[in-house]
Amino acid sequence: MAVAPSPGEAARGTRVALFITCFNDTLFPGVGQATVEVLERLGCTVDFPEAQTCCGQMHANSGYQLEALPLARRFVRVFADAEAIVCPSASCAGMVREAYPRLAGLANDDGLAREAAALIPRVYELTEYLVDVLGVEDVGASFPHRVTYHPTCHSLRGLHVGDRPLRLLRAVHGIELVELPEAEECCGFGGTFAVKNADVSMAMLSDKLRHVLDTRAEICTAADASCLMHMGGALRRMRSGTRTLHLAEILAAQE
Amino acid sequence: MSRPGFPEAAREALSDSQLRRNLGKATTTIRAKRHEVVSEVDDWQALRDAGAAIKRRAMATLPEQLERLEASVTAAGGIVHWATDGAQANAIVADIARRHETREVIKVKSLATDEIDLNEALEREGIHAIETDLAELINQLAGDWSSHILVPAIHRNRAEIRRLFEATIARGRTLDDSPEALTEAARLHLREKFLTVPVAISGANVAAADTGTIAVFESEGNGRMCLTMPRVLVTVMGIEKVIPEFRDLEVFSQLLPRSSTGERMNPYTSMWTGVRAGDGPQEFHLILMDNGRTRVLADEVGRDALHCIRCSACLNVCPVYSRTGGHAYGSIYPGPIGAILTPQLEGLENAPTLPWASSLCGACYEACPVKIDIPKILVHLRGRVVREVKDGAGAEKAAMDVVARVFGSRRSYERAQRLARVGRGPLNKLGRSAPGLRAWTEMRELPEVPDHSFRDWWRARDRRGGGDGAGAS
Repeated sequence: MAVAPSPGEAARGTRVALFITCFNDTLFPGVGQATVEVLERLGCTVDFPEAQTCCGQMHANSGYQLEALPLARRFVRVFADAEAIVCPSASCAGMVREAYPRLAGLANDDGLAREAAALIPRVYELTEYLVDVLGVEDVGASFPHRVTYHPTCHSLRGLHVGDRPLRLLRAVHGIELVELPEAEECCGFGGTFAVKNADVSMAMLSDKLRHVLDTRAEICTAADASCLMHMGGALRRMRSGTRTLHLAEILAAQE
Repeated sequence: MSRPGFPEAAREALSDSQLRRNLGKATTTIRAKRHEVVSEVDDWQALRDAGAAIKRRAMATLPEQLERLEASVTAAGGIVHWATDGAQANAIVADIARRHETREVIKVKSLATDEIDLNEALEREGIHAIETDLAELINQLAGDWSSHILVPAIHRNRAEIRRLFEATIARGRTLDDSPEALTEAARLHLREKFLTVPVAISGANVAAADTGTIAVFESEGNGRMCLTMPRVLVTVMGIEKVIPEFRDLEVFSQLLPRSSTGERMNPYTSMWTGVRAGDGPQEFHLILMDNGRTRVLADEVGRDALHCIRCSACLNVCPVYSRTGGHAYGSIYPGPIGAILTPQLEGLENAPTLPWASSLCGACYEACPVKIDIPKILVHLRGRVVREVKDGAGAEKAAMDVVARVFGSRRSYERAQRLARVGRGPLNKLGRSAPGLRAWTEMRELPEVPDHSFRDWWRARDRRGGGDGAGAS
């Protein structure tokens, strides 16, 4: 088995463009800061193309594909020259990879289809980039807490990231990682589903939280801040004593 | 069928604790069984690919396959009828029953006939259709309707069924809750019908165009009775059930039982080709029914829904279905497949909320034995509802337009971020005054908008010359 490169050497000189997502940028800046910290600790040079806004996922998944089109065209332009595009959100990375070719097809936009096809192989969800491209599992983090991991639907069934997040988490120093029962079932967020089918969403959330609380974890982590906002919002409401934290923030921690 | 919107119907179902318990237990059991028997097949993914390819080929050449099927069934002594819609199909069945002067027909479990309300249509003609599948019989006796493609009475437990039987087919007797006692009561009731009723009605799981062979996969043996005992057999089949070659059946006979009941092989597979003197029904009618299917075929993305082999694996793995049950979908095709099939078969305007009855979690796509990308089709149909039914109007469209404009330039986006921080502007409005806000805060806190965005932090750090990536563009 190859010895994992130590932090600071893995990616010396590698340039990555951070695709922060509008959601993290506006509501969870700590996720972006943590992502930058981890990548730089491993030796990457991080660029942040400031012209980026939103990938169009909310529009496209809610039936407003035509309204999402200008956002897709904008995205491929902003990131056209990036060597690697790294995103701390499985659902937004999945949006670009899966939905952009479909949007292009819907609009018969050959230009977008071409640009998307050229861009897609360079789009990585954070854990994919760390494990597959940098070949790292121990990112030099230290986090002495009891943690459970929820595999979000887009990371699990969309991007098929498999156990990459768990491999990264297992290598965190001091962490006590506990398995989440029924982990692979959806938390009930689903974007606008959470408000359009609020009752079903809450029924799904109740079951998810029951499993989270059964683990007695202090922290529930995942690869998507949106699912965590949904779960964390209820955990706070319940004064449960369990909080949510994005995976990147654990990987950045040096407690 | 006029139906309430899915969110309203789901709300009602979710509050039924008995239903939640019955469904949770049943779907968990079937899910585990399926997982076990699917995991042991080494070439499962290749089988799924084969199933998808056969269906795609059948749909791409549908007119040709149907004509081949008609020719081979006719050559084997069957009579083929064509029905544009349910009313035509029902009229053909009623006519056949009338000609044989029967007031009763026996039925094999069939979704196609449920789809067109055949039982009700026959009843209006004074002909009583007797369901012989145990769960269909339960629903019929209870005046209830199917809530699951494969196990139509999944919403009921044994105690409820015992009480129902004691009030109907086993009146005056005391039963216990055991499966043996309940099936025995049904068996006593049905046996006499199998032996005396002259006309049977079935659906079809598969019809092979080259040989004209029809196949029905079942578990209970009631189907075998219906398909062999009566003098006359009428099969009502959606036109999408045709496959080009008999040898293709091999693929579906592996995919279907493992995906549906979680069995390696189903107990009864009946196949018949036309009629044969002295063996089985002496008169065979095949009704090829469209009922909206060619309209589905016209949608290049949505048409994959026609590949469905009605296994119901997608229902059992769906986190929405396993909590709401089937009735909330307002159709005999519930669950993820129903959410893409019903709006297409009946018209988007008649089921406009169904494409949203999913969190797009993708469990259905992973389970589907013929690889129907249900989440992709759901999103596609959402777009069609927005464009064709809502006609590009309404408050939601207006809000989406505003937000799309905000994201349209860096300047407007950053301005909206700054405004959101002080509780103003379009992004704030999206989060804080959207129609769904109350629903969100019923169970969850809203996140605080932090005092800086990520890009604020990035710029501040840049100015300090921090990070290796000081050369941000």
